[in-house]
Amino acid sequence: MNEKRMLEEEKHFETIIAEESVCTNDNLVYEKPETLTDTPMHYCPGCGHGVAHRLIAEVIDELGIQDKTIGVAPVGCSVFAYNYLNIDMTEAAHGRASAVATGIKRVLPDKYVFSYQGDGDLAAIGTGETIHTCNRGENILIIFINNGIYGMTGGQMAPTTLIGMKSTTTPFGREVEVMGNPLKITELIAQLPGVYYCTRVAVNTPNNVRKAKKAILNGFKYQELKKGLSFVEIVSNCPSNWKMTPLESNKWLEENMLPFYPLGDLKVPKNPPKADKGELI
Amino acid sequence: MAKVKGDIIIDIEKCKGCELCASACPQDSLELSRKINSKGYHYIVKIEDNCTGCTNCALVCPEGIIKVYRKTDKKKEPIATIANVTGDITVTVQS
Repeated sequence: MNEKRMLEEEKHFETIIAEESVCTNDNLVYEKPETLTDTPMHYCPGCGHGVAHRLIAEVIDELGIQDKTIGVAPVGCSVFAYNYLNIDMTEAAHGRASAVATGIKRVLPDKYVFSYQGDGDLAAIGTGETIHTCNRGENILIIFINNGIYGMTGGQMAPTTLIGMKSTTTPFGREVEVMGNPLKITELIAQLPGVYYCTRVAVNTPNNVRKAKKAILNGFKYQELKKGLSFVEIVSNCPSNWKMTPLESNKWLEENMLPFYPLGDLKVPKNPPKADKGELI
Repeated sequence: MAKVKGDIIIDIEKCKGCELCASACPQDSLELSRKINSKGYHYIVKIEDNCTGCTNCALVCPEGIIKVYRKTDKKKEPIATIANVTGDITVTVQS
């Protein structure tokens, strides 16, 4: 008898807890998007790549284009991006992601094609491909992750490394006389007539993450118009190679990276279509 | 007492303990645990019961492992009923 009563009481309390619990499906306001797979990411703790992947997955889910999207992964830390995004993805040679994306888009013009590239990939080894793809105005979206360093190979200097910033190949800081000036590739390609939409966002604070999502959403929606290329630069951190904790790296990013790489739109369409209202797709 | 009540569920096995969510939380209700998960990372836990479900932690989480729930009191009961009015009237509501 005693056991039975205890069981009943337990059940009673369980139902009370369940009734008071906030964690019900009706109250769910945010969860991981479906396009993002359950595979644990290989990125270092605090890396901005994870947020960027999640934002792409969220946008794809929101537009409902999971079966119509083809991504091109670069060489770099995000080389395994195809493990985390549940869409068709391909791998490109180092720096050639925009060239591969051009080919895919020309053969399959109905698909949404994007390339996901880091700064060593897009701004150093693939500068030629990037500039000519942008100049031709291919209808693709280029997502450019800028953390000012070669992350995967161990933190060597990239073209986007700031003046005075330490890396394994510039142990005393980058010197202008020897290594030249940092390359603002987004400002460079914003001048090209083929580029339709060009913006720079960051993923260090919740507010910036929301803006970044909007930029990626616009990039995908403008692809439908076939007017040119969309370019989204995401200023990100690299805690491991900056030799900082994730919190310190975000603070450093805000104090040093953002003054040099100011956030905001660099090129917006003169008469923007009402893309935000979802009328295009 | 706050009208909005929120809660989060963290997948601690995938947590890498970067503490970005703890710094983004306006209520300071997240903290790094002293225990570690199977990968050897200290994981994040909710230590206060003052979550408002603002989704800030989930937005900055690089692993995408935080589920956010929010409960709002949507029941608004009428404070007065007006009937049989023919002309113009002015109603002021004092909260």
